[in-house]
Amino acid sequence: MNASAGIKGMTSKELTRRILAKEDLFILDVRNENDYNDWRIEGERIVSLNIPYFELLDGVDNALEQIPANMKLLVVCAKEGSSMFVAEQIADAGRTNVHYLEGGMKSWSEHLEPVFIGELQDGGAVYQFLRLGKGCLSYMIVSGGEAAVIDAARMTDRYMAFAQARGITIKHVLDTHLHADHISGGRQLAERTGAAYWLPPKDAEEVTFAYEKLEDGRDITVGRAVIRIQPVYSPGHTIGSTSFVVDAQYLLTGDILFIESIGRPDLAGRAEDWVGDLRDTLYDKYKELSPELLVLPAHYGKMSELGEGGKVMARLSDLYRHNPGLNLQEEEAFRRAVTENLPPQPNAYEEIRQANMGKIKPTEEEQREMETGPNRCAVHDQ
Amino acid sequence: MNYQKGEAEMAAIKADQTLDCKGLACPMPIVKTKKAMDLLEAGKVIEVLATDKGSLADIQAWAKNTGHQYLGTVMEGEVLQHYLRKASSDEAIESKRYSDTIANEELKQKLERGDRMTILDVREPAEYAFNRIPGAISIPLGELEARLSELHPEDEIQVVCRTGTRSDMACQLLAEKGFARVNNVVPGMSEWTGPTENN
Repeated sequence: MNASAGIKGMTSKELTRRILAKEDLFILDVRNENDYNDWRIEGERIVSLNIPYFELLDGVDNALEQIPANMKLLVVCAKEGSSMFVAEQIADAGRTNVHYLEGGMKSWSEHLEPVFIGELQDGGAVYQFLRLGKGCLSYMIVSGGEAAVIDAARMTDRYMAFAQARGITIKHVLDTHLHADHISGGRQLAERTGAAYWLPPKDAEEVTFAYEKLEDGRDITVGRAVIRIQPVYSPGHTIGSTSFVVDAQYLLTGDILFIESIGRPDLAGRAEDWVGDLRDTLYDKYKELSPELLVLPAHYGKMSELGEGGKVMARLSDLYRHNPGLNLQEEEAFRRAVTENLPPQPNAYEEIRQANMGKIKPTEEEQREMETGPNRCAVHDQ
Repeated sequence: MNYQKGEAEMAAIKADQTLDCKGLACPMPIVKTKKAMDLLEAGKVIEVLATDKGSLADIQAWAKNTGHQYLGTVMEGEVLQHYLRKASSDEAIESKRYSDTIANEELKQKLERGDRMTILDVREPAEYAFNRIPGAISIPLGELEARLSELHPEDEIQVVCRTGTRSDMACQLLAEKGFARVNNVVPGMSEWTGPTENN
Protein backbone atom coordinates (compact mmCIF):
# COMPACT_ATOMS: atom_id res chain seq x y z
CA MET A 1 0.00 0.00 0.00
CA ASN A 2 1.36 3.44 -0.87
CA ALA A 3 0.55 6.40 1.27
CA SER A 4 -1.72 8.90 -0.42
CA ALA A 5 -0.74 12.55 -0.50
CA GLY A 6 -2.92 13.40 2.47
CA ILE A 7 -1.22 11.27 5.10
CA LYS A 8 2.31 11.07 6.46
CA GLY A 9 4.20 8.26 8.11
CA MET A 10 5.63 8.74 11.58
CA THR A 11 8.56 6.58 12.63
CA SER A 12 8.91 4.99 16.05
CA LYS A 13 11.93 7.21 16.59
CA GLU A 14 9.92 10.36 15.95
CA LEU A 15 7.13 9.09 18.19
CA THR A 16 9.68 8.42 20.94
CA ARG A 17 11.03 11.95 20.59
CA ARG A 18 7.52 13.40 20.90
CA ILE A 19 6.71 11.33 23.97
CA LEU A 20 9.96 12.32 25.69
CA ALA A 21 9.45 15.96 24.74
CA LYS A 22 5.90 15.72 26.12
CA GLU A 23 4.27 17.03 22.96
CA ASP A 24 0.51 16.71 22.47
CA LEU A 25 -0.61 13.81 20.31
CA PHE A 26 -3.95 12.14 19.67
CA ILE A 27 -3.69 8.42 18.91
CA LEU A 28 -6.42 6.47 17.16
CA ASP A 29 -5.54 2.82 17.75
CA VAL A 30 -7.43 0.64 15.24
CA ARG A 31 -6.40 -2.77 16.58
CA ASN A 32 -9.05 -4.96 18.18
CA GLU A 33 -10.24 -4.19 21.68
CA ASN A 34 -8.37 -7.02 23.43
CA ASP A 35 -5.02 -6.05 21.94
CA TYR A 36 -5.58 -2.42 22.86
CA ASN A 37 -6.59 -3.19 26.43
CA ASP A 38 -3.58 -5.46 26.84
CA TRP A 39 -0.94 -3.13 25.51
CA ARG A 40 -0.89 0.34 23.95
CA ILE A 41 1.23 3.45 23.43
CA GLU A 42 1.26 5.73 26.43
CA GLY A 43 2.68 9.12 27.23
CA GLU A 44 2.05 12.03 29.53
CA ARG A 45 0.57 14.16 26.74
CA ILE A 46 -0.98 11.37 24.70
CA VAL A 47 -4.72 10.95 24.44
CA SER A 48 -5.72 7.67 22.89
CA LEU A 49 -8.92 6.20 21.49
CA ASN A 50 -9.59 2.65 20.35
CA ILE A 51 -11.90 1.95 17.40
CA PRO A 52 -11.07 -1.30 15.56
CA TYR A 53 -10.50 -0.79 11.82
CA PHE A 54 -13.24 -3.31 11.03
CA GLU A 55 -15.78 -0.93 12.54
CA LEU A 56 -14.64 1.74 10.10
CA LEU A 57 -15.07 -0.20 6.86
CA ASP A 58 -18.22 1.71 5.93
CA GLY A 59 -16.84 5.12 6.81
CA VAL A 60 -15.06 7.03 9.53
CA ASP A 61 -17.79 9.43 10.64
CA ASN A 62 -18.02 7.74 14.02
CA ALA A 63 -14.30 8.24 14.55
CA LEU A 64 -14.26 11.85 13.27
CA GLU A 65 -16.74 12.89 15.93
CA GLN A 66 -14.34 11.75 18.61
CA ILE A 67 -11.09 13.12 17.19
CA PRO A 68 -10.29 16.76 17.94
CA ALA A 69 -9.59 18.56 14.66
CA ASN A 70 -6.88 20.78 16.12
CA MET A 71 -4.61 17.99 17.42
CA LYS A 72 -1.95 16.08 15.54
CA LEU A 73 -3.40 12.62 14.85
CA LEU A 74 -1.50 9.34 14.74
CA VAL A 75 -3.34 6.22 13.58
CA VAL A 76 -1.83 3.00 14.90
CA CYS A 77 -2.37 -0.69 14.14
CA ALA A 78 -0.46 -3.96 14.53
CA LYS A 79 1.70 -3.71 11.43
CA GLU A 80 0.79 -0.68 9.32
CA GLY A 81 -1.79 -1.59 6.67
CA SER A 82 -4.95 -0.96 8.65
CA SER A 83 -3.69 2.33 10.05
CA MET A 84 -2.98 3.60 6.53
CA PHE A 85 -6.41 2.39 5.40
CA VAL A 86 -8.12 4.36 8.18
CA ALA A 87 -5.79 7.39 8.02
CA GLU A 88 -6.49 7.81 4.30
CA GLN A 89 -10.22 7.87 4.90
CA ILE A 90 -9.78 10.46 7.64
CA ALA A 91 -7.63 12.62 5.35
CA ASP A 92 -10.18 12.20 2.54
CA ALA A 93 -12.81 13.51 4.94
CA GLY A 94 -10.87 16.77 5.01
CA ARG A 95 -8.72 16.39 8.10
CA THR A 96 -5.12 17.54 8.00
CA ASN A 97 -2.17 16.60 10.19
CA VAL A 98 -3.02 12.89 9.85
CA HIS A 99 -0.19 10.38 10.43
CA TYR A 100 0.15 6.64 10.63
CA LEU A 101 2.77 4.76 12.63
CA GLU A 102 5.32 3.25 10.24
CA GLY A 103 5.62 -0.48 10.90
CA GLY A 104 2.84 -0.32 13.50
CA MET A 105 3.12 -1.75 17.01
CA LYS A 106 5.58 -4.29 15.64
CA SER A 107 8.23 -1.67 15.01
CA TRP A 108 7.18 0.32 18.08
CA SER A 109 7.95 -2.69 20.27
CA GLU A 110 11.41 -2.96 18.72
CA HIS A 111 12.59 0.63 18.87
CA LEU A 112 15.53 1.34 21.16
CA GLU A 113 16.34 4.94 22.08
CA PRO A 114 19.75 5.66 23.63
CA VAL A 115 19.59 8.16 26.50
CA PHE A 116 22.76 9.64 28.00
CA ILE A 117 22.71 8.96 31.74
CA GLY A 118 25.98 10.40 32.97
CA GLU A 119 29.73 10.49 32.82
CA LEU A 120 32.14 8.16 34.52
CA GLN A 121 35.11 9.28 36.59
CA ASP A 122 37.60 8.89 33.75
CA GLY A 123 35.43 10.56 31.12
CA GLY A 124 33.56 7.44 30.03
CA ALA A 125 29.78 7.36 29.98
CA VAL A 126 26.69 5.34 30.76
CA TYR A 127 23.86 5.14 28.21
CA GLN A 128 20.42 3.76 28.91
CA PHE A 129 18.66 2.19 25.94
CA LEU A 130 14.99 2.90 26.38
CA ARG A 131 12.56 0.45 24.81
CA LEU A 132 9.37 2.44 25.23
CA GLY A 133 7.25 -0.16 23.47
CA LYS A 134 8.06 -2.80 26.08
CA GLY A 135 9.21 -0.84 29.13
CA CYS A 136 12.60 -2.58 28.92
CA LEU A 137 15.89 -0.88 29.73
CA SER A 138 19.37 -1.98 28.69
CA TYR A 139 22.72 -0.28 29.16
CA MET A 140 26.01 0.49 27.50
CA ILE A 141 28.96 1.39 29.67
CA VAL A 142 31.66 3.09 27.66
CA SER A 143 35.24 3.80 28.64
CA GLY A 144 38.52 4.19 26.77
CA GLY A 145 37.17 2.92 23.45
CA GLU A 146 35.60 -0.17 24.99
CA ALA A 147 32.08 -1.00 26.09
CA ALA A 148 30.03 -3.42 28.14
CA VAL A 149 26.38 -3.99 27.25
CA ILE A 150 23.98 -5.08 29.97
CA ASP A 151 20.59 -6.77 29.48
CA ALA A 152 20.68 -6.38 25.69
CA ALA A 153 17.42 -6.65 23.76
CA ARG A 154 17.36 -8.91 20.68
CA MET A 155 17.75 -5.94 18.29
CA THR A 156 21.53 -6.28 18.48
CA ASP A 157 22.13 -4.15 15.36
CA ARG A 158 21.19 -1.11 17.37
CA TYR A 159 24.00 -1.55 19.95
CA MET A 160 26.52 -2.43 17.26
CA ALA A 161 25.65 0.63 15.19
CA PHE A 162 25.83 2.86 18.26
CA ALA A 163 29.27 1.47 19.16
CA GLN A 164 30.56 1.62 15.62
CA ALA A 165 29.54 5.24 15.15
CA ARG A 166 31.67 6.13 18.17
CA GLY A 167 34.60 3.86 17.38
CA ILE A 168 33.90 1.68 20.40
CA THR A 169 34.58 -2.06 20.71
CA ILE A 170 32.04 -4.09 22.67
CA LYS A 171 34.16 -6.31 24.95
CA HIS A 172 31.64 -7.62 27.45
CA VAL A 173 27.97 -8.53 27.33
CA LEU A 174 26.17 -9.19 30.61
CA ASP A 175 22.70 -10.30 31.65
CA THR A 176 21.59 -9.56 35.21
CA HIS A 177 19.38 -12.67 35.14
CA LEU A 178 17.58 -15.15 32.92
CA HIS A 179 14.87 -12.96 31.41
CA ALA A 180 11.27 -14.14 31.17
CA ASP A 181 9.63 -11.16 29.47
CA HIS A 182 11.85 -10.62 26.45
CA ILE A 183 14.32 -12.53 24.33
CA SER A 184 17.83 -11.63 25.42
CA GLY A 185 20.11 -10.34 22.69
CA GLY A 186 23.12 -11.01 24.92
CA ARG A 187 24.34 -14.23 23.44
CA GLN A 188 23.90 -13.05 19.84
CA LEU A 189 25.58 -9.73 20.53
CA ALA A 190 28.53 -11.50 22.15
CA GLU A 191 28.84 -13.86 19.19
CA ARG A 192 28.67 -11.06 16.64
CA THR A 193 31.22 -8.85 18.38
CA GLY A 194 33.51 -11.50 19.85
CA ALA A 195 32.72 -10.16 23.33
CA ALA A 196 32.60 -12.31 26.45
CA TYR A 197 29.07 -13.27 27.54
CA TRP A 198 28.49 -13.20 31.28
CA LEU A 199 25.59 -14.83 33.11
CA PRO A 200 24.77 -15.60 36.74
CA PRO A 201 25.62 -19.31 37.11
CA LYS A 202 22.55 -20.09 39.21
CA ASP A 203 20.28 -18.89 36.40
CA ALA A 204 22.39 -20.65 33.77
CA GLU A 205 22.37 -24.23 35.04
CA GLU A 206 20.36 -25.43 32.06
CA VAL A 207 21.81 -23.26 29.28
CA THR A 208 23.07 -25.01 26.17
CA PHE A 209 26.06 -22.73 25.49
CA ALA A 210 29.32 -21.63 27.10
CA TYR A 211 29.42 -18.44 29.20
CA GLU A 212 31.50 -16.57 31.79
CA LYS A 213 30.30 -16.82 35.38
CA LEU A 214 29.20 -13.66 37.14
CA GLU A 215 30.42 -14.03 40.72
CA ASP A 216 30.97 -11.68 43.64
CA GLY A 217 34.60 -10.55 43.63
CA ARG A 218 35.11 -11.32 39.94
CA ASP A 219 35.16 -7.70 38.74
CA ILE A 220 34.93 -6.84 35.07
CA THR A 221 36.93 -3.99 33.62
CA VAL A 222 36.07 -1.77 30.69
CA GLY A 223 38.66 0.42 28.97
CA ARG A 224 42.20 1.24 29.89
CA ALA A 225 41.14 3.50 32.72
CA VAL A 226 39.48 0.47 34.30
CA ILE A 227 35.85 0.97 35.07
CA ARG A 228 34.93 -1.65 37.58
CA ILE A 229 31.73 -3.57 37.25
CA GLN A 230 31.26 -5.32 40.56
CA PRO A 231 28.74 -8.18 40.57
CA VAL A 232 26.56 -8.36 43.68
CA TYR A 233 24.60 -11.59 44.08
CA SER A 234 21.04 -10.39 44.71
CA PRO A 235 18.49 -13.19 44.28
CA GLY A 236 14.72 -12.83 44.41
CA HIS A 237 13.28 -12.22 40.94
CA THR A 238 15.30 -15.26 39.89
CA ILE A 239 17.62 -17.33 42.04
CA GLY A 240 20.69 -16.10 40.15
CA SER A 241 19.79 -12.39 39.84
CA THR A 242 22.95 -10.31 40.05
CA SER A 243 23.24 -6.55 40.37
CA PHE A 244 26.21 -4.48 39.23
CA VAL A 245 27.93 -1.60 40.93
CA VAL A 246 29.47 0.44 38.12
CA ASP A 247 32.30 2.87 38.79
CA ALA A 248 31.17 3.11 42.43
CA GLN A 249 28.40 5.44 41.18
CA TYR A 250 25.63 3.36 39.64
CA LEU A 251 23.70 0.31 40.79
CA LEU A 252 22.21 -1.73 37.97
CA THR A 253 19.47 -3.68 39.70
CA GLY A 254 18.07 -5.82 36.87
CA ASP A 255 14.53 -6.90 37.76
CA ILE A 256 15.03 -6.77 41.53
CA LEU A 257 14.37 -3.10 42.23
CA PHE A 258 12.54 -0.61 40.03
CA ILE A 259 11.79 3.07 40.58
CA GLU A 260 8.22 2.71 41.81
CA SER A 261 8.02 -1.03 42.35
CA ILE A 262 10.01 -4.18 43.00
CA GLY A 263 10.54 -7.40 41.04
CA ARG A 264 8.12 -10.29 41.20
CA PRO A 265 9.47 -13.67 42.34
CA ASP A 266 7.03 -15.94 40.51
CA LEU A 267 8.10 -16.07 36.86
CA ALA A 268 10.01 -19.33 37.23
CA GLY A 269 7.17 -20.89 39.24
CA ARG A 270 9.01 -20.51 42.56
CA ALA A 271 7.36 -17.52 44.25
CA GLU A 272 7.17 -19.10 47.71
CA ASP A 273 10.79 -20.25 47.60
CA TRP A 274 12.24 -16.98 46.40
CA VAL A 275 10.25 -14.49 48.42
CA GLY A 276 12.73 -14.72 51.31
CA ASP A 277 15.67 -14.15 48.98
CA LEU A 278 13.96 -11.12 47.49
CA ARG A 279 13.40 -9.65 50.93
CA ASP A 280 17.01 -10.30 51.99
CA THR A 281 18.30 -8.60 48.86
CA LEU A 282 16.09 -5.52 49.16
CA TYR A 283 16.08 -5.06 52.93
CA ASP A 284 19.59 -6.24 53.87
CA LYS A 285 22.01 -6.63 50.98
CA TYR A 286 21.21 -3.33 49.22
CA LYS A 287 21.29 -1.57 52.61
CA GLU A 288 24.98 -2.46 52.88
CA LEU A 289 25.69 -0.53 49.67
CA SER A 290 26.27 3.21 49.48
CA PRO A 291 22.92 5.04 49.70
CA GLU A 292 24.34 7.53 47.18
CA LEU A 293 24.34 4.96 44.35
CA LEU A 294 22.13 5.82 41.39
CA VAL A 295 19.76 2.94 40.68
CA LEU A 296 19.36 1.94 37.03
CA PRO A 297 16.74 -0.83 36.64
CA ALA A 298 16.05 -3.18 33.71
CA HIS A 299 12.41 -2.12 33.47
CA TYR A 300 9.85 0.48 34.21
CA GLY A 301 6.12 -0.11 34.48
CA LYS A 302 4.55 3.34 34.47
CA MET A 303 5.28 6.44 32.43
CA SER A 304 5.72 8.32 35.71
CA GLU A 305 8.97 6.40 36.25
CA LEU A 306 10.52 8.28 33.33
CA GLY A 307 12.36 11.35 34.47
CA GLU A 308 13.86 14.29 32.64
CA GLY A 309 14.78 13.46 29.02
CA GLY A 310 13.45 9.92 29.49
CA LYS A 311 16.02 8.89 32.10
CA VAL A 312 14.82 6.08 34.37
CA MET A 313 17.04 6.56 37.40
CA ALA A 314 16.85 7.33 41.12
CA ARG A 315 19.14 7.54 44.13
CA LEU A 316 19.05 4.43 46.32
CA SER A 317 18.40 6.49 49.46
CA ASP A 318 15.38 8.11 47.75
CA LEU A 319 13.97 4.71 46.84
CA TYR A 320 14.24 3.61 50.47
CA ARG A 321 12.03 6.57 51.30
CA HIS A 322 9.51 6.46 48.47
CA ASN A 323 9.33 3.03 46.83
CA PRO A 324 6.35 1.14 48.34
CA GLY A 325 8.14 -2.18 47.85
CA LEU A 326 10.95 -1.05 50.17
CA ASN A 327 8.55 0.07 52.88
CA LEU A 328 6.83 -3.14 53.91
CA GLN A 329 8.39 -3.63 57.31
CA GLU A 330 6.27 -6.64 58.29
CA GLU A 331 7.62 -9.80 56.72
CA GLU A 332 4.12 -11.21 56.25
CA ALA A 333 2.88 -8.06 54.52
CA PHE A 334 5.88 -8.27 52.19
CA ARG A 335 5.18 -11.91 51.44
CA ARG A 336 1.58 -11.13 50.56
CA ALA A 337 2.53 -8.13 48.42
CA VAL A 338 4.86 -10.15 46.22
CA THR A 339 2.88 -13.38 45.97
CA GLU A 340 -0.78 -12.33 45.92
CA ASN A 341 -2.77 -10.30 43.40
CA LEU A 342 0.14 -10.23 40.97
CA PRO A 343 -0.46 -8.89 37.49
CA PRO A 344 -0.88 -11.50 34.72
CA GLN A 345 2.38 -13.15 33.72
CA PRO A 346 4.10 -11.81 30.61
CA ASN A 347 3.09 -13.30 27.27
CA ALA A 348 4.81 -16.64 26.53
CA TYR A 349 7.13 -16.19 29.54
CA GLU A 350 7.94 -19.89 29.80
CA GLU A 351 8.89 -20.17 26.11
CA ILE A 352 10.96 -16.99 26.45
CA ARG A 353 12.93 -18.54 29.32
CA GLN A 354 13.51 -21.66 27.22
CA ALA A 355 14.72 -19.54 24.30
CA ASN A 356 17.07 -17.56 26.55
CA MET A 357 18.55 -20.84 27.78
CA GLY A 358 19.17 -21.88 24.18
CA LYS A 359 16.79 -24.83 24.52
CA ILE A 360 14.47 -23.68 21.75
CA LYS A 361 15.39 -21.63 18.71
CA PRO A 362 12.39 -19.61 17.56
CA THR A 363 12.55 -17.73 14.26
CA GLU A 364 12.66 -13.93 14.31
CA GLU A 365 8.93 -13.81 13.56
CA GLU A 366 8.22 -16.21 16.42
CA GLN A 367 10.45 -14.20 18.78
CA ARG A 368 8.51 -11.06 17.89
CA GLU A 369 5.25 -12.87 18.53
CA MET A 370 6.49 -14.18 21.90
CA GLU A 371 7.44 -10.69 23.04
CA THR A 372 4.05 -9.13 22.23
CA GLY A 373 2.54 -7.12 25.04
CA PRO A 374 3.76 -5.39 28.18
CA ASN A 375 6.68 -6.72 30.27
CA ARG A 376 4.94 -7.09 33.64
CA CYS A 377 8.05 -7.91 35.63
CA ALA A 378 7.19 -5.74 38.62
CA VAL A 379 4.69 -6.59 41.35
CA HIS A 380 2.74 -3.37 40.81
CA ASP A 381 2.39 -3.43 37.02
CA GLN A 382 -1.33 -3.91 36.57
CA MET B 1 -13.63 -20.37 21.03
CA ASN B 2 -13.88 -23.05 18.40
CA TYR B 3 -10.25 -23.20 17.45
CA GLN B 4 -8.87 -26.48 16.27
CA LYS B 5 -5.65 -27.87 14.92
CA GLY B 6 -6.10 -29.11 11.38
CA GLU B 7 -7.11 -32.68 10.86
CA ALA B 8 -7.74 -34.29 7.52
CA GLU B 9 -11.45 -34.68 8.21
CA MET B 10 -11.80 -31.03 9.22
CA ALA B 11 -10.56 -29.96 5.80
CA ALA B 12 -13.78 -31.29 4.35
CA ILE B 13 -16.10 -28.80 6.06
CA LYS B 14 -18.64 -27.74 3.49
CA ALA B 15 -19.15 -24.08 2.74
CA ASP B 16 -21.33 -22.33 0.16
CA GLN B 17 -18.51 -20.04 -0.87
CA THR B 18 -14.76 -19.90 -0.47
CA LEU B 19 -12.90 -16.60 -0.28
CA ASP B 20 -9.16 -16.69 -0.79
CA CYS B 21 -7.33 -14.05 1.24
CA LYS B 22 -4.04 -15.92 1.43
CA GLY B 23 -1.03 -13.64 1.35
CA LEU B 24 -3.09 -10.55 2.11
CA ALA B 25 -2.15 -8.37 5.06
CA CYS B 26 -4.50 -6.67 7.44
CA PRO B 27 -6.98 -4.99 6.77
CA MET B 28 -7.64 -6.76 3.43
CA PRO B 29 -8.91 -10.14 4.76
CA ILE B 30 -11.69 -8.39 6.69
CA VAL B 31 -12.37 -5.85 3.92
CA LYS B 32 -12.84 -8.69 1.41
CA THR B 33 -14.86 -10.82 3.84
CA LYS B 34 -17.23 -7.91 4.41
CA LYS B 35 -17.71 -7.41 0.66
CA ALA B 36 -18.33 -11.11 0.08
CA MET B 37 -20.71 -11.26 3.04
CA ASP B 38 -22.73 -8.33 1.68
CA LEU B 39 -23.44 -10.36 -1.47
CA LEU B 40 -24.04 -13.69 0.24
CA GLU B 41 -27.54 -15.00 0.79
CA ALA B 42 -28.69 -15.07 4.42
CA GLY B 43 -28.02 -18.36 6.17
CA LYS B 44 -25.21 -19.37 3.80
CA VAL B 45 -21.76 -20.30 5.00
CA ILE B 46 -18.53 -18.76 3.79
CA GLU B 47 -15.04 -20.15 4.20
CA VAL B 48 -12.28 -17.52 4.38
CA LEU B 49 -8.71 -18.65 3.75
CA ALA B 50 -6.08 -16.35 5.25
CA THR B 51 -2.42 -16.43 6.19
CA ASP B 52 -2.46 -13.26 8.31
CA LYS B 53 -2.52 -14.57 11.91
CA GLY B 54 -4.17 -11.37 13.11
CA SER B 55 -7.26 -12.31 11.09
CA LEU B 56 -8.28 -14.85 13.75
CA ALA B 57 -9.05 -12.37 16.53
CA ASP B 58 -10.27 -9.70 14.10
CA ILE B 59 -12.75 -11.87 12.22
CA GLN B 60 -14.31 -13.03 15.50
CA ALA B 61 -14.63 -9.47 16.79
CA TRP B 62 -15.99 -8.26 13.45
CA ALA B 63 -18.60 -11.06 13.31
CA LYS B 64 -19.68 -10.30 16.85
CA ASN B 65 -20.14 -6.61 16.03
CA THR B 66 -22.06 -7.24 12.82
CA GLY B 67 -24.24 -10.07 14.14
CA HIS B 68 -22.88 -12.66 11.72
CA GLN B 69 -22.32 -16.11 13.13
CA TYR B 70 -18.66 -17.05 13.62
CA LEU B 71 -18.53 -20.85 13.47
CA GLY B 72 -14.86 -21.58 13.98
CA THR B 73 -11.39 -21.72 12.50
CA VAL B 74 -9.26 -24.62 11.36
CA MET B 75 -5.47 -24.39 10.95
CA GLU B 76 -4.08 -26.17 7.91
CA GLY B 77 -0.34 -25.58 8.00
CA GLU B 78 0.12 -21.84 7.54
CA VAL B 79 -3.45 -21.30 6.37
CA LEU B 80 -6.28 -20.27 8.68
CA GLN B 81 -9.69 -21.42 7.47
CA HIS B 82 -12.39 -19.28 9.06
CA TYR B 83 -16.07 -20.28 8.80
CA LEU B 84 -18.85 -17.71 9.06
CA ARG B 85 -22.58 -17.88 8.47
CA LYS B 86 -24.44 -14.84 7.26
CA ALA B 87 -27.05 -13.61 9.69
CA SER B 88 -30.63 -13.24 8.55
CA SER B 89 -32.62 -10.56 10.25
CA ASP B 90 -35.92 -12.41 10.00
CA GLU B 91 -34.61 -15.70 11.34
CA ALA B 92 -35.36 -15.17 14.98
CA ILE B 93 -38.70 -13.42 14.63
CA GLU B 94 -40.34 -15.68 12.07
CA SER B 95 -43.27 -17.40 13.76
CA LYS B 96 -42.98 -21.06 14.48
CA ARG B 97 -45.88 -23.17 13.38
CA TYR B 98 -45.03 -26.73 14.33
CA SER B 99 -46.65 -27.52 17.67
CA ASP B 100 -44.65 -30.44 19.09
CA THR B 101 -41.61 -28.95 20.79
CA ILE B 102 -39.08 -30.16 23.33
CA ALA B 103 -37.09 -27.78 25.50
CA ASN B 104 -33.28 -27.91 25.52
CA GLU B 105 -33.37 -28.92 29.19
CA GLU B 106 -35.78 -31.79 28.59
CA LEU B 107 -33.67 -33.12 25.73
CA LYS B 108 -30.61 -32.91 27.96
CA GLN B 109 -32.38 -35.07 30.56
CA LYS B 110 -33.43 -37.61 27.94
CA LEU B 111 -29.81 -37.83 26.79
CA GLU B 112 -28.64 -38.36 30.36
CA ARG B 113 -31.19 -41.17 30.78
CA GLY B 114 -29.96 -42.76 27.55
CA ASP B 115 -33.41 -42.72 25.85
CA ARG B 116 -33.53 -44.20 22.36
CA MET B 117 -34.06 -41.42 19.84
CA THR B 118 -32.61 -39.80 16.75
CA ILE B 119 -31.18 -36.29 17.00
CA LEU B 120 -31.36 -34.64 13.61
CA ASP B 121 -29.24 -31.51 13.15
CA VAL B 122 -30.52 -29.48 10.18
CA ARG B 123 -27.91 -26.69 10.31
CA GLU B 124 -25.22 -26.19 7.68
CA PRO B 125 -22.37 -28.74 7.70
CA ALA B 126 -19.85 -26.18 8.97
CA GLU B 127 -22.05 -25.33 11.95
CA TYR B 128 -22.43 -29.03 12.71
CA ALA B 129 -18.68 -29.64 12.32
CA PHE B 130 -17.66 -27.19 15.04
CA ASN B 131 -20.32 -27.81 17.68
CA ARG B 132 -23.08 -30.43 17.93
CA ILE B 133 -24.91 -32.70 20.34
CA PRO B 134 -23.02 -36.01 20.60
CA GLY B 135 -24.49 -38.61 18.27
CA ALA B 136 -26.55 -36.11 16.26
CA ILE B 137 -26.81 -36.82 12.55
CA SER B 138 -26.39 -34.05 9.99
CA ILE B 139 -28.86 -33.34 7.19
CA PRO B 140 -28.99 -29.62 6.30
CA LEU B 141 -32.53 -28.29 5.86
CA GLY B 142 -31.98 -27.72 2.15
CA GLU B 143 -31.13 -31.40 1.60
CA LEU B 144 -33.77 -32.92 3.87
CA GLU B 145 -36.43 -33.68 1.32
CA ALA B 146 -33.96 -35.53 -0.90
CA ARG B 147 -32.49 -37.51 1.98
CA LEU B 148 -35.65 -38.66 3.82
CA SER B 149 -34.71 -42.28 3.22
CA GLU B 150 -31.91 -41.89 5.76
CA LEU B 151 -34.56 -41.54 8.50
CA HIS B 152 -37.15 -43.97 9.82
CA PRO B 153 -40.76 -42.68 10.01
CA GLU B 154 -41.48 -44.66 13.20
CA ASP B 155 -38.46 -43.34 15.16
CA GLU B 156 -38.66 -40.58 17.75
CA ILE B 157 -36.76 -37.70 16.12
CA GLN B 158 -35.58 -34.52 17.87
CA VAL B 159 -34.86 -31.86 15.27
CA VAL B 160 -32.38 -29.19 16.20
CA CYS B 161 -30.87 -26.09 14.58
CA ARG B 162 -29.43 -22.90 16.07
CA THR B 163 -32.53 -21.00 17.17
CA GLY B 164 -35.45 -23.32 16.38
CA THR B 165 -36.49 -21.77 13.06
CA ARG B 166 -34.90 -24.10 10.51
CA SER B 167 -35.83 -27.08 12.70
CA ASP B 168 -39.44 -25.84 12.77
CA MET B 169 -39.54 -25.97 8.97
CA ALA B 170 -37.85 -29.38 9.01
CA CYS B 171 -40.48 -30.69 11.47
CA GLN B 172 -43.29 -29.47 9.23
CA LEU B 173 -41.73 -31.22 6.25
CA LEU B 174 -41.23 -34.46 8.19
CA ALA B 175 -44.85 -34.39 9.47
CA GLU B 176 -46.14 -33.94 5.93
CA LYS B 177 -44.13 -36.97 4.87
CA GLY B 178 -45.68 -39.15 7.54
CA PHE B 179 -43.17 -38.95 10.35
CA ALA B 180 -45.32 -39.13 13.50
CA ARG B 181 -42.92 -38.75 16.44
CA VAL B 182 -41.06 -35.57 15.60
CA ASN B 183 -40.19 -32.74 18.03
CA ASN B 184 -38.67 -29.32 17.44
CA VAL B 185 -35.87 -28.61 19.96
CA VAL B 186 -36.30 -25.08 21.32
CA PRO B 187 -34.46 -22.86 21.30
CA GLY B 188 -31.66 -25.10 19.97
CA MET B 189 -27.87 -24.94 19.83
CA SER B 190 -27.62 -21.21 20.55
CA GLU B 191 -28.45 -21.92 24.18
CA TRP B 192 -27.45 -25.55 24.49
CA THR B 193 -25.65 -26.23 27.79
CA GLY B 194 -25.42 -30.01 27.53
CA PRO B 195 -22.51 -32.03 26.18
CA THR B 196 -21.18 -31.27 22.69
CA GLU B 197 -18.69 -32.75 20.28
CA ASN B 198 -16.95 -31.61 17.11
CA ASN B 199 -15.02 -33.15 14.24
